[in-house]
Amino acid sequence: MKKQLFALLFALVPLTAMAAGGASVPYSMTPDLDDKASLQRGMQLYTNYCMGCHSLEHQRFARAAEDLNMPQDLVEENLIFSSDLAFNDQMHIAMSQDDGEAWFGAAPPDLTLESRLRGTDWIYSYLLSFYKDPSTGTGVNNAVFDLVAMPNVLEPLQGVQEKVCAETDRPVEGAELDPLTGKYQSCETLQVTQPGEMEPAEFEEAVYDLTNFLAYVGEPSKLQAQALAPKVLIFIFIFGVIAYLLKREYWRDIH
Amino acid sequence: MGNPNKAMAEKGLMRWVDERFPATQMWQEHLSKYYAPKNFNFWYFFGSLALLVLVNQILTGIWLTMSYNPSAEGAFASVEYIMRDVEWGWLIRYMHSTGATAFFVVVYLHMFRGLLYGSYKAPRELVWIFGMAIYLALMAEAFMGYLLPWGQMSYWGAQVIISLFSAIPVIGPDLTQWVRGDFLISGITLNRFFALHVVALPIVILALVVLHIIALHEVGSNNPDGIDIKQKKDETGKPLDGIPFHPYYTVKDIVGVAVFLFVFAVVIFYFPEGGGYFLEKPNFEPANPMVTPDHIAPVWYFTPFYAILRAINFSLFGLDAKLLGVICMGGAIAVLFVLPWLDRSPVRSIRYKGWISKVMLVLFAISFVILGVLGVLPATDGRTLVAQICTAIYFAFFLLMPFYTRLEKTKPVPERVTG
Repeated sequence: MKKQLFALLFALVPLTAMAAGGASVPYSMTPDLDDKASLQRGMQLYTNYCMGCHSLEHQRFARAAEDLNMPQDLVEENLIFSSDLAFNDQMHIAMSQDDGEAWFGAAPPDLTLESRLRGTDWIYSYLLSFYKDPSTGTGVNNAVFDLVAMPNVLEPLQGVQEKVCAETDRPVEGAELDPLTGKYQSCETLQVTQPGEMEPAEFEEAVYDLTNFLAYVGEPSKLQAQALAPKVLIFIFIFGVIAYLLKREYWRDIH
Repeated sequence: MGNPNKAMAEKGLMRWVDERFPATQMWQEHLSKYYAPKNFNFWYFFGSLALLVLVNQILTGIWLTMSYNPSAEGAFASVEYIMRDVEWGWLIRYMHSTGATAFFVVVYLHMFRGLLYGSYKAPRELVWIFGMAIYLALMAEAFMGYLLPWGQMSYWGAQVIISLFSAIPVIGPDLTQWVRGDFLISGITLNRFFALHVVALPIVILALVVLHIIALHEVGSNNPDGIDIKQKKDETGKPLDGIPFHPYYTVKDIVGVAVFLFVFAVVIFYFPEGGGYFLEKPNFEPANPMVTPDHIAPVWYFTPFYAILRAINFSLFGLDAKLLGVICMGGAIAVLFVLPWLDRSPVRSIRYKGWISKVMLVLFAISFVILGVLGVLPATDGRTLVAQICTAIYFAFFLLMPFYTRLEKTKPVPERVTG
């Protein structure tokens, strides 16, 4: 017990704080909750490609419909595939935890709070970083999450990505910047070698939309907070000015 | 104003009440005829702000309790339920979680004010001790509240801190198990922490706040000059440098309230996670006893003491490092209680103390902040050394105080308060 505690206090805090969330990831994205079209496309991608395995236990279809300006009938026709799920339900999946564990080795996690747990940069980078690796069970590996059990479900859209030796604009660890070209030479560069349904730029857009949707799902109240904040702050400001004038009036005779 | 009958009726009603309950008398003693020094500065806003945050925590806490489910199975989901399905639930929850941080911000500033102006010195020893008791109860309250969302950091933070009890010789392991109510942190622990967080500790804190204020109003408020304003009174017995708390300080404090609320609202609406320091990222994942997070750090307001705990990585006097660490951490808080008897200076305020006191106070404040930063970061050899130095300064500030406050040359204290 004592040894365990010692470990908890001193050793459990190695420099791998990165792995938990604030990791240095290759790509970054800034969510835009005002871009409803992006969020709608993201939800469409999510229900089509992700929701077979990943639930959004705390997110209701109806809430998303309201927040993303989607009419109920369109949501019911295009985004709800299970007859067990109704418009007001949360976005549950049919697969049980036990089945998930048996089939994949680890049950696919619920993703409601993924954007708050790992951050949107991580999700965005992760989805862009699958590459072909015949040594794994799924035939792919991931540059952000080594040996992840998840297959690259977006491969039909992205195509097959491979690690190649090439020049890249992005800084690569261990690689030196070529002062002439301003690029890095690395054999860790990910490149699409067999095209999918989408062009690379188009695919990045799609992954942006998907990540943007997960950013929304992580904190739907952010929309309400952003709408309410200016009103509250203006009110407090005016209140403060009046309070200050009142104070000054009372304190006039104190020397 | 206009209606004399109405004024008469109100007077009659007040008399009726006063004959049965000292309402007017209490109003006068604590507000309209409580004379406070007229030279309160910026540092004097934080007492009333602490009271405001306390009210905020109690009200939002009551509403959170209406929808929260204190069970290992349901706690995490019920917090998300509050965030999404309860009307204004997200706002109530963020007011409560940000309020916890705000509470410690204002309390730390309030305590620092006490250190600056010697507000703990005679005759205010009990005011200080009641205040310290509030601080202690507040730490327990915050610690137990942090378990309730039942996220990964809730769970493992509680695991680390409760395990500290096991460092106590002989009874340690059994005591730890008794506190948890189980062999590991479980739903049983969650239930008892919930009971303590929402019932027991709030009652203790409220009672202590009443004692703190009664003791303060008995001896009167200190001021930036550390002068006793009751020494100089006018012919009616009013202190020459005193002004009635109401309306002068009530209207002044309301300005402070407005500024505070503005900052508070900005955090609630735009940065409720506080960059991962108010709501830590691993807490967006449900508690999992099988998986330990890579990096366990307490919430920012505990980190100075956590850094002291970690700084002790050596054995001494036959005590092993862990027990010694726990003793130092406890000692760092305990020493604050005896502060009134450590300060032997003839003056109260830092304004009139000698240069050693000033240097020591600055070093102490810097060390406390550095310890706070180190407590969040993973430990390395270099950081541990810095933490050890800061821990030494922390204790030196208090333990050497009887000597340097007596030896140093103080400045003459003015007769009347200055600006």
